[in-house]
Amino acid sequence: MHPLAQANTQPLPVPQVDWRAIAPELALLVAGVVLLLVVAFRPGAGRGLLAGLTLAGLVVAGALTAWNWDLERVAFEGAVSLDGITRYARVVLLATGVLATLMVAQGDSREGEPDDSPPEVYPLLLFALLGMVLLAAASDLLVVFIALEILSLSLYVLAGETRRLAAQEAAMKYFLLGAFSSAFLLYGIALCYGATGTTNLLGIARASTDPTGDGTLLLAGVGLLAVGFCFKVSAVPFHMWTPDVYQGTPTPVAAFMAAATKVAAFSVFLRVFSGALGGLVVSWRPVIAAVAVVTMLVGAALAVVQTDLKRMLAYSSISHAGYLLIGVAAAATVPAGISASLFYLLVYAFMVMGAFMVVQYVSRLGPADDDAIRERSSLDDYRGLARRHPWAAGLLAVFMLSLTGIPPLSGFWAKYYVFLAGIQAGLTWLVVVAVISSVISAFFYLRVLVVAYLQEPVGAEPEAAPGRTPALGLALGLAGLLTVAIGLAPEALIAAARSAERILG
Amino acid sequence: MLLTATLFAPLVGALLVALVPASREQTARLVALAASLATLVLAVVLAARFRTGEAGFQLGMTAQWVPAFGVSYRVGVDGVSLPLVLLATVLSPLAIAGSWRMTDRPRTYLALLLVLETAMLGVFVSLDLFLFYVFWEAVLVPAYFLIGSFGGRRRVYAAVKFFVYTLLGGLLMLVGIIALFWIHQRATGTSTFDYQALLDFDKAPTTQRWLFAAFFAAFAIKTPLWPFHTWLPDAYTEAPTTTTVLLAGVMSKLGVYGFLRFALPLFPDGAHWAQPLLLTLAVVGILYCALVATVQRDFKTLVAYSSVSHLGFIVLGIFAFNVQGLQGGVFYMVAHGLVIGGLFFVTGMLEERRGTRRIEEFGGLQQAVPRMAAVMLVLTLGSVALPGLVGFVGEFLTLLGAFLENRLAAVLATGGVILGAVYLLWAYQRMWQGRLEREENRAMGDLTGREWAILAPLVAAIIVLGLFPRPVLDRVEPSARRVVEQTQASSP
Repeated sequence: MHPLAQANTQPLPVPQVDWRAIAPELALLVAGVVLLLVVAFRPGAGRGLLAGLTLAGLVVAGALTAWNWDLERVAFEGAVSLDGITRYARVVLLATGVLATLMVAQGDSREGEPDDSPPEVYPLLLFALLGMVLLAAASDLLVVFIALEILSLSLYVLAGETRRLAAQEAAMKYFLLGAFSSAFLLYGIALCYGATGTTNLLGIARASTDPTGDGTLLLAGVGLLAVGFCFKVSAVPFHMWTPDVYQGTPTPVAAFMAAATKVAAFSVFLRVFSGALGGLVVSWRPVIAAVAVVTMLVGAALAVVQTDLKRMLAYSSISHAGYLLIGVAAAATVPAGISASLFYLLVYAFMVMGAFMVVQYVSRLGPADDDAIRERSSLDDYRGLARRHPWAAGLLAVFMLSLTGIPPLSGFWAKYYVFLAGIQAGLTWLVVVAVISSVISAFFYLRVLVVAYLQEPVGAEPEAAPGRTPALGLALGLAGLLTVAIGLAPEALIAAARSAERILG
Repeated sequence: MLLTATLFAPLVGALLVALVPASREQTARLVALAASLATLVLAVVLAARFRTGEAGFQLGMTAQWVPAFGVSYRVGVDGVSLPLVLLATVLSPLAIAGSWRMTDRPRTYLALLLVLETAMLGVFVSLDLFLFYVFWEAVLVPAYFLIGSFGGRRRVYAAVKFFVYTLLGGLLMLVGIIALFWIHQRATGTSTFDYQALLDFDKAPTTQRWLFAAFFAAFAIKTPLWPFHTWLPDAYTEAPTTTTVLLAGVMSKLGVYGFLRFALPLFPDGAHWAQPLLLTLAVVGILYCALVATVQRDFKTLVAYSSVSHLGFIVLGIFAFNVQGLQGGVFYMVAHGLVIGGLFFVTGMLEERRGTRRIEEFGGLQQAVPRMAAVMLVLTLGSVALPGLVGFVGEFLTLLGAFLENRLAAVLATGGVILGAVYLLWAYQRMWQGRLEREENRAMGDLTGREWAILAPLVAAIIVLGLFPRPVLDRVEPSARRVVEQTQASSP
């Protein structure tokens, strides 16, 4: 009997509601709704209050995650699974949420200028996080799609949160291409359902190894799913939106997108491909490996010629997606692939957000001219930074060297772990390509340091003071501390990633 | 514990220097000098406690670092690494004293020199491959900032070229290290980067060749071997002189030390397989770079090329796979460090006085600055390996070792000795002898007390070790013999 017909004969299962399993998601939802109401009925509410409420929501969600720590189960008839990946991704996502909130609270505008970003940013941030956390836990393709839409819709709006033309353009671009990728994903889900008669990952895993199933249809579905995910993680050749969007959106949002979207999208990538589709690894691994190769090399090569730091970070994030794809490719056969990817995501989230925080700090410097539309993120704005702002330059150096992968900073361990997983999975050639890409990437990370440290400041006119930046300072301190501390003592977090290797459902 | 203290004393010093307020430059200098002298004292105590005649590692320390990856903090010295530790700890205070007059951000500069010292010492004493790699890459960061931030006109180009080139080699070695780790884990079930453990298990000959190639990439670039040397003249020439002293004196030994400590004993079959290539590259490098040095107009670049040429002898000695060659190689490392350090110091002193390093700007300096000329003569003769000076012992032993292994290579390399005499003595003749024609040269002052304090220890060591090399050779021999045995062990 055709699997579809078989599916039709079964009664629709009514899922049992497992409140505890989705408690952190619920907390984010409640906090988001409360903030929305505050914004609606108390239009004059200060930044401090809104940011405080957001942080409170994140802390509650964090506490609930801790409460659920030892819970390992599949909930809602297999739609949501609580396992290592879920747990790890939740913690990382909530941490990026805290850092992003601090960055948003600082704002992009300089002292004395009117506040540019609307108060709705905070609830949108929480809704985006809700989608991401749910995405990391989703073990049914429909939940994957819903979670992806929640996070994408919130991010489309966040990307255009200011009235800057560049931000509007970025939001539009992101929306159009994002909608396009959602369509791919949905088509992929439909084909998978057609081939296996289920959207549940566990069911797909079972059906994919069934020799009587419709292999061609399933493979077509898998291909479309891969396209959809590659859009979200900005892998080449689906990366075109990334530089424009990162450059155009306000820096805090760009930082959040660079870190959190990657964490969520790779979590689901790992779960679907190495978990549910692990049986088809022979079919998809060459494709993912090829995508990894072009992603690493194209990302690194194009980053070399950038003159805008935000744009450069966008290309660098593309090449980092390539390294992560090595972890995905390895994960189906060696468990270290999963833990290596998770550890990489954690480390990457902090260092890339840190880099964006320095961008935000530098945006606040400079002559207070009328040209408020131009964000000060061109490399020229960093000339002589070390002489005028040694702390900001020092942190920038830490983040850039960590992104390059210089020991003993955290980025080095992440890179090492992914390389190890790749070699264990027999993908040594892929690791050698990664090495070449790393060397190319050293060029542009070093170029930032060359500009900041080795060149003299332009012009003698005194720069505008950055003003008081308590929230940004705190966020910078946290990101810098984590990058250095994880580098010196990575043991605990590696062990945590190791314990997350098993995929449920 | 003592070794760990020696290793991290400069790093602590660097932190202290960084804490000194920016306005108190003199305090920063004193703190930096004190830290490097304290390191030297610790290293001397270490050498005194070292038991001569033992081949194995001594005075070590082991601690867990990242057990999840099998990475540990494991250090120790043997007869091969001890002389290099002493070399590094001797040259560092001299380099700091040499930077005394520097006025451009002296605090940052001295702190970076101290960080560089710790990183280089770490490479010499690491007995865990991962730790070794960490220190290996950590050398890059201070060196990059020292060259790029304080160097000459083309400093940014030189610094980036140095960084990227060395990083490429290092990352390929990392792939090799991970592969070795993984092969060992599959074979024995234990995950460790422990040098001894990775040494003791059997590796298939084909695997050894691949792994040797990966390590070769790192070491050949760092040494550097011809034709991977092109970063070196830029980096040495553009770096501030006291940085060049450490780069040429100590950092250039990291690559050859890596061959000796890791590439040979870990992959004996791979090393034997690659021996013809290595000998060829060494001989070509010796001759080619000697010829290039001959035509240089900038004395600093001349010395830089002479360094590449001389390192060829060390590689030749190491890849002779016999005790004479290895022992000579280690001795030559020390000799080269002392001599080239001195040569760069004098270059810096000339540049301070005259603002130029072009050979044609000088001439007849013997009459203006006789003491400096005398020192320079000892350094030059030490470099051309005059019997009785330190260079001779190293060059003789490496050539002897090479002769026993491959006569042709030894004979050709001897040509390099002659060329070395040509370019160094010719340069000496043009700069220091002849008629004193230029007025600005006549007005130069002779060595100051501080400069004497820097050069006297080097000159003394060059003469004393040249006449009495036994104390060093006796300590090196057992360990060198062990490396030879390990390298021969599994070859047919």
